[in-house]
Amino acid sequence: MNVFDVVALILVIAGALFLLVGSIGVVRLPDFYTRTHAVGKTDTLGLVLAVLGIAVHDGPSLTDAKLIAVVVFVALTNPVGTHALVRSAYVSGLRPWFKGQPMPDDPTEDHHDDTPDHGAAVEPEEDRR
Amino acid sequence: MEQAFVVIAVALAVIIVIPAYRVIVGPTLFDRLLGAGAIGTKTVVLVCLVGVIFERLDMFVDIAVGYAILNFIGNLAIAKYFIVPKPDERLPVESP
Repeated sequence: MNVFDVVALILVIAGALFLLVGSIGVVRLPDFYTRTHAVGKTDTLGLVLAVLGIAVHDGPSLTDAKLIAVVVFVALTNPVGTHALVRSAYVSGLRPWFKGQPMPDDPTEDHHDDTPDHGAAVEPEEDRR
Repeated sequence: MEQAFVVIAVALAVIIVIPAYRVIVGPTLFDRLLGAGAIGTKTVVLVCLVGVIFERLDMFVDIAVGYAILNFIGNLAIAKYFIVPKPDERLPVESP
């Protein structure tokens, strides 16, 4: 087990940890825009680290060049794809979640409503558009 | 060394399953598309790891390249297709 194997293992484990953080963010965050915030960055960085670790493990060859091509391609295109999806949702009229509103879709979370009337908190939202 | 990669690949397979929750119960259409895109991105890493485990990385890396390209093209096409312009329901440019 030489130095390259240790570096490759560290890079792959770090990439897998970033992918795990992105997966947890997709499930836990409150609305669509915050979920894209979690996935768009951590997935790109996790894939770059993990594939670079595999390239270090493989050693210099043609396969290594192909792996670096995968890294460059995904680092360029994954943010573009996420941005296109967010733009499509925004143009279609999907509303973001603002601070102070009740959680949109998590029934286990208790709603920290300051106002006693539940309907009154939603009213100013309608005037805004 | 190979056993370490096997352990990481199994852990990654578990990580890939997690966004499927968002695909199944996502409240809006875009949440489901986001979960599907996240699964596709992580699968590229899993394909490369399987190539290392099977000692056939030169074959699996081509599959990974094709999967990454198809994932990107599919994401762009779906995002373009599902734009539903509603001018009166459009949000203001500066958010309050």
